[in-house]
Formats: sequence, C-alpha cells, structure tokens
Amino acid sequence: MSRRVTLATARRVLWQIRHDPRTIGLLLAVPVGLLTLMRYILNSQPRTFQSIGAPMCGMFPFSIMFLITSIAMLRERTSGTLERLMASPIAKADLLAGYGIAFGLLAALQATVVCLVGFLALGLHAPHGAWLVALLAIGNAVLGMALGLFVSAFARTEFQAVQFMPAIIFPQLLLCGLFVERHEMATALYDASWALPLTYAFDALARATSPGALGARMVADVCVVIGAALVALGLGALTLRRRTA
Amino acid sequence: MRAIEIEDLRVIRGGRPALDGISLRVAPGTVTGLLGPSGCGKSTLMRAIVGVQIVASGRVRVLGDEAGAPELRRRVGYVTQAPSVYGDLSIGENLRYFAAVTGASRERIAQVIELVSLGGRERQVVGSLSGGERSRVSLATALLNDPELLVLDEPTVGLDPVLRAELWATFHELARAGRTLLVSSHVMDEASQCDALLLMRDGRLLEQTTPERLRAETGEQDLGQAFLTVIERAAAAERAGTPGPPSPEPAASEPAPPESELAR
Repeated sequence: MSRRVTLATARRVLWQIRHDPRTIGLLLAVPVGLLTLMRYILNSQPRTFQSIGAPMCGMFPFSIMFLITSIAMLRERTSGTLERLMASPIAKADLLAGYGIAFGLLAALQATVVCLVGFLALGLHAPHGAWLVALLAIGNAVLGMALGLFVSAFARTEFQAVQFMPAIIFPQLLLCGLFVERHEMATALYDASWALPLTYAFDALARATSPGALGARMVADVCVVIGAALVALGLGALTLRRRTA
Repeated sequence: MRAIEIEDLRVIRGGRPALDGISLRVAPGTVTGLLGPSGCGKSTLMRAIVGVQIVASGRVRVLGDEAGAPELRRRVGYVTQAPSVYGDLSIGENLRYFAAVTGASRERIAQVIELVSLGGRERQVVGSLSGGERSRVSLATALLNDPELLVLDEPTVGLDPVLRAELWATFHELARAGRTLLVSSHVMDEASQCDALLLMRDGRLLEQTTPERLRAETGEQDLGQAFLTVIERAAAAERAGTPGPPSPEPAASEPAPPESELAR
C-alpha cells in the first residue's frame, strides 16, 4: 500500500465529482430539502420532528454514499478501468482507502450543510453538540460506502445496482428504530434488528440528539459501526479480483 | 530470454473453450501482430498474457516471470479494446492519475501526450472526444511508465490512415528502443507492418510466421489472401483427419467456414 497512490485515487474520485456539478448540488440540496419537508409535515408535532429529524441529519450520508459508491464501482468494472488498475501496481487497499477518503470528505461536507440547516434554521437541537452528529454522519457514510462497494460486485447493470438501495438500505431504515420503537415491533423483527449495522448507527445518533449521559452503549454503538464498516470493506476487497473469467 | 512464452494454454469462457491449446513464443524487441477474425480469442489471449484472465491449464511466462506476477505489473503495459479511461475526467487528469499509480514523472505525461498526437488538449474531457481520440488517451496511459512489454488490443480501430501510420511508426520506434509489442488487429493490411505474425482462428493458433514467410509459403502477395489460404489448408487438413501443425488435436468436425466470414 502506498500513501501516494491512495491520495491520488482520492483526488481522482473528487475530480470526477467536480466535473459533475449537478451531482454536488443534489448531494447538498436533497438532504436539506427532505429535512425541511419533514419539518413542515410534522408542523404540529415538534417533538416527533426532533426525535426523527435530528438523527436523520446523520443518516443521509449513509444511504447516499451507499448508492453513489455502488454506481461508481460498477462503472469502474464496466468501463474496464478496474481491469486496467488490477493489471497495474496499485494495491487493492489503495483503491478502497482512496474511495473511503474521497467519499468521507463528501459526506463531511454534506453532513455539515444539513446540520447547519437543521440545528440553526429548523429548530432541531443537539444537546451534546451538532459536531457529534456530523462526526457520526461521517462514520455512517463510510459504512454506507463499504456496503455499496461490496454489493456492487453483485450487480451486472446500473438497473440492478440502484435496486440494491431499496433492497439493502430500506429494511435497515425501517428496523433501526427511526420510525417505530424497536421493542414495539414483532419479536422476530426486534431480534433481527440486532443483526443490522444501521440499528447501532441510529442508536448512537438518537443518544447524541437527546439529553442525558451518552453512556457506554454509545461507545459500543460506535465500535459496532466501525467494525461493520471494516468487515464490509474486507468483503469488498475480496470482490476486487486481479483475474476474472 | 523470450518476452512471451506460452505452453498449451487453455481458457474456458461461457462453458466453451475460448483458447484451445495455444503455444507460442514472442522475441523481445519486436512488433508482433496477433491477427484473426473477431471472436477468435485474440483478446482472451492478451488478457492471459497480462495476467487478468482465469486460465484452465497451460503455462504463460512473460519477461521471465509467471504472467500476472506482481513484479510484472510495472513492466507490462496493457490497452484494452474498449478505451479504459475515465470518461468524466479530462485527458490531463486521466494521465496524472495513472502516472501516480505507475510512478511516472510529470515530464513523461507531456511526452506521451505528444506521442499520441493530443498535445495542447489536456483540458478536454475524455467523454467529449471521438472514439479514436479516446483510444489514443487509453494508449497514452499505458505508455506512461515505458513498459518493457506493451500488449495492445486493436489500438488502431477508428483511426484515420495518417494517424494509423503515425502510430505504427511509434510502435517500431519503441521496438527499436528494445520494447516488445504485441498488437492485435482484424485488419490484414496491418500485418505487413509487423516483424512477426500470429494467425488465430477459433481459439487456436494456425501459424506463427513472418509476413515474408507467409507470402513465400502461400504464394500470395496480399496478406489477406495469404491468411485465407492458411485457413483453407488448415480446414482441409482437419477434413483429412491430419491435424494442422500448431494444433495438436483436431477440432470437433466443423464444416468449412464460408469465405465471407474469413475476410472480415
């Protein structure tokens, strides 16, 4: 692994995004738009908006980076650039880390904008500081990126890749406790939710946006999210083959 | 030392043999043409030489190492048939990225841009280029680290005759400097430009020869006609039950192919 190649890869991914200003616009505007929409849908229920909207600030980067990475990686595979890279001296870790850094930076930008709007303009509050929400958002983005990278290996076309979003992300969003408390669900679903990484990501965000001590559970949540991201990255690395059929 | 040495290489793709017992040698410092109709296994053979193809059996040695060995990734340049560059980056950005990956210098970037006649257009986005220009960008990235062996899959497709001639001149210049080039083509008129020829059909190597020898053996001046003669002889040998020289096993009784298909 080489730091020069890793940074060159991160810079290359950012160059690609820079050539696509509409994507940057969507990346920044869509979460803000959705959060604002939610604010006025829950116009008469400010407490519900706080309990859903505040953690959501940290979850947008998760789902969006998942989608962007799975498409970007699929493009690398179908355009032949991945084959060229695999025939070059680049280490797989350089490629993965390069993507991680680039999308981590994008996630930081996205989280900053949505947190600024949510916590300053829309009346959300973060008792432990909005910075903590933004920090968790970056971790979630890396998790989303790692999952996206892994599943991109199972998509042959863009049509398939975009459908991994509802297939992999939506169930986690529904089961993580964002919309319905987990212990109110059917027992089987409650049990299943323990196996999903987004459950821990949401739990950390819920603690960061409600009063009271963060506690050891918060530390455990963060460890699980980091661990899940590393496992997914490892599985993603296995899907990058030097030799293909 | 041979630049490429292949013994009885077999590759299965999509359940059927894509390469069926190929053995060949390529001498260093030469331009070798890999010719045959589309779908005959040229790209698969090149992928095996570069080490990105899963092979069923056989041995592929490149520059004294096993094909695909990590040490070879700096010494072998590979250009795929479809231009494998980032369409959403400019020419300069593509080259700067691949230069960082292969460890090439900034000066080298300017050199390869001149080599493929794209000087002064570094800022143009690759997606807005024509097919021929895009494949030149792809070629430029492979030239960056001045590899000892260049494997080029149909590098001249879609180029006008002037550029085509310029590229062939570049290939010979590289060979004179000691580099080895393996260039595939399905256009027989490019065969005359090569030092050595590999003629392929249906996953087999029909002949390893030179343009002069091919003309002498077949009595044809036109290399396209000469290739047809070779194919007809191989088909006749198969019908007679005696295998053609480079293919040890006869193919499963296949009807003689129509001429129109061969001429492609």
